[in-house]
Amino acid sequence: MKSNMADMVFEGLLRIADDNLILGHRTSEWCGHAPTLEEDLALPNIALDLIGHAQTLYCLACEINSRYKNEDQLAFLRLEHEYKNLLLVEQENGDFGNTVLRLFYFSTFMKYFWERVKIECCFTKLKEFSEKAFLETSYHSRYASQWVVTLGDGTDESNLKMSNAIANLEPFLGELFNNDDFTEMCSQNDFLPEPTSIFDSWKNEVKAILQKGNLDFPDIILKKRGGRKGEHSEAFGYLLSDLQYMQRAYPNSSW
Amino acid sequence: MARKQNEKIVSLEEFQEKIDRDEKIEPKDSMPEAYRKTLIRQIGQHAHSEVVGMLPEGNWITRAPTLRRKLSLLAKVQDEAGHGLYLYCAAETLGKSRMEMNQELLSGKAKYSSIFNYPTPTWADIGAIGWLVDGAAIMNQIPLCRCSYGPYARAMIRICKEESFHQRQGYEIMLTLAKGTKAQKEMAQRALNRWWWPSVMMFGPSDADSPNTENSVKWKIKRYTNDELRQKFVDAIVPQAEKIGLTVPDKDLKWDKKRNNGQGGYAYGEINWDEFWRVVRGDGPMNNERISAKQKAWNEGSWVRAAAHAHALKKQTALQAAE
Repeated sequence: MKSNMADMVFEGLLRIADDNLILGHRTSEWCGHAPTLEEDLALPNIALDLIGHAQTLYCLACEINSRYKNEDQLAFLRLEHEYKNLLLVEQENGDFGNTVLRLFYFSTFMKYFWERVKIECCFTKLKEFSEKAFLETSYHSRYASQWVVTLGDGTDESNLKMSNAIANLEPFLGELFNNDDFTEMCSQNDFLPEPTSIFDSWKNEVKAILQKGNLDFPDIILKKRGGRKGEHSEAFGYLLSDLQYMQRAYPNSSW
Repeated sequence: MARKQNEKIVSLEEFQEKIDRDEKIEPKDSMPEAYRKTLIRQIGQHAHSEVVGMLPEGNWITRAPTLRRKLSLLAKVQDEAGHGLYLYCAAETLGKSRMEMNQELLSGKAKYSSIFNYPTPTWADIGAIGWLVDGAAIMNQIPLCRCSYGPYARAMIRICKEESFHQRQGYEIMLTLAKGTKAQKEMAQRALNRWWWPSVMMFGPSDADSPNTENSVKWKIKRYTNDELRQKFVDAIVPQAEKIGLTVPDKDLKWDKKRNNGQGGYAYGEINWDEFWRVVRGDGPMNNERISAKQKAWNEGSWVRAAAHAHALKKQTALQAAE
């Protein structure tokens, strides 16, 4: 792989891996605290998938960039500005409705993303991985969509809470679909699809589900952004303090 | 529980004969009320323990030291939620609803294993729980795979498979720490010091003070007494600790060739039963925190459950209208 191609693949893998790791981290915070025992089982299960995706992607990234010796160095030992995840995934969970709505937005996006990677990606190892990732994110999207409908349609209180969640997450959706020079380069090289190219499929599905839950589709304009450049929100520092605690407190140890 | 009219009521003697023939008792079979009650209590406590047990370990998911460890811990805690569900279902076959059992847990009426009232301040506690607590649980649970009550015995077969995997995982965490840096080894030793005695206590009061044991053994709910199981546990764990260079915190621990009918076993020191009863009665290091966490989750989730209920009703009504 030529060095500029390698840089592109590395950065692209990091973006997706960081999204998955950080949302997996947030999702795992629910463990033992969910509204029902079934959800106490489902949410850690989804976190397991998301963090598992991150692990595979970091391993692929390490194969490309010899500066990093293993996946843990990428996951645990970078500085805040070196993480490239979306602001959407690092926000605190909020209530259960906010959590499932964010999961629905993200996993529906990723479902279409992986579907395109399956067909178009020039990087064989990622293309192979996308088969499994597509199936798992499709399941996450379905799980979350059922809750969005249930909570939207359920009671006046739950409908109000879901409307609040829509308003709360709205400023972060623009970044999900934001093309930049990097995403254009990835697309021109048949590596990753451009986020805007997924927008229509995503919008149709999200709109239909929100409608079933008597909820309004939000405006999607670029408001809060910065995650892709390593500019994160306040909440992210606390998340990293938990995530990195052991590796920082006991450096150079095997676990 | 209401009985069907044609259900055959068996006498206590007939019931005992059936047990003695090693026949399984199934949900619709007639059974003495005391047998039913004992099982509901035991399976309920077991289910609650799985669910409360998610808390001390779940604590460390966001702080696990590597991705591999994080993933195995997530999988483990998820297994525990699964065991909880499975066991609540087994208890429901005896006529008590999950909702009722949950209310008893939240109100403090129902007990769960006292071991989960101890804290997990370090990563090594995750290793110690897997190794010792799951280890003790397996000692208790393997004989339950042959328990006279069919649904419980069948649930235990699957649960034991997963628990023994957890135990190996926990021991492997401890082994890695014991082989690691000085700080890691000290962390492992401190965790063993914290968890040893509470784990030895997990088998419950000594046989002389265990009023439920006699009936349970007679009915083949229990196959071994508390003290027999405790001895098996100590005999299994002591060599494992030695192998990885950790010290069991009991100065009276020594090989006694008279134990286990002359086959030899470890003699161990005096158990602090005051501590055991104190924690059972609610005054352990984490009793309030555990129950408060479960109450908080339940209360904060009430709007979600109400919405799910309302949505299901609407769907049902729409379906009926369409017919």
